[in-house]
Amino acid sequence: MDFGSSSPSSAGMDSHQRENIMGQVKQQVAVMQVQQLLESMTDKCFKKCVTSPGSSLGSAEQKCLAMCMDRYLDCMNVVTQAYSSRLQKEMS
Amino acid sequence: MSVDTLLNDPRMKQFIEAETQKQRFHALVQNLSNKCWDSCIDRPASKLDSKTESCLLNCVNRFIDSSNYIVRRLDKQASVSDVSEME
Repeated sequence: MDFGSSSPSSAGMDSHQRENIMGQVKQQVAVMQVQQLLESMTDKCFKKCVTSPGSSLGSAEQKCLAMCMDRYLDCMNVVTQAYSSRLQKEMS
Repeated sequence: MSVDTLLNDPRMKQFIEAETQKQRFHALVQNLSNKCWDSCIDRPASKLDSKTESCLLNCVNRFIDSSNYIVRRLDKQASVSDVSEME
């Protein structure tokens, strides 16, 4: 694994190296999460909206997809909130 | 820089643990959203109505209940078989 060209040190790492790596990790995690979201959303909304694929994506299908995307996000928000509050309850 | 150096740095360790935890949470939410979407959403409407919202809420809570129930039951079965093995 290569995390940049900073010179290796025997004991720990300097704060600059650390910041640099943390930033990279955060960015990679963010990219991955967006990819996961996109994959789920596409999967779910394709199933709901494009039930019999025609020769092109019709305007009704596009409208359905747009609505489905918004509802999928709503769904995720409700689930996130429900899950967080349940976690809090379980921990207390 | 080796992975060892990275993982031995205490602040790095803490950071990785926190990020792992966050990612685990995110993966669970994603997974639950997909399950509950399937059981609660029939046709996507122009607005999330309150009936769907309470379905999603129930879905999340019943999923966690199920998970807890399964763990408890397995635990009980394991302790029963421990006892019967000793006999």
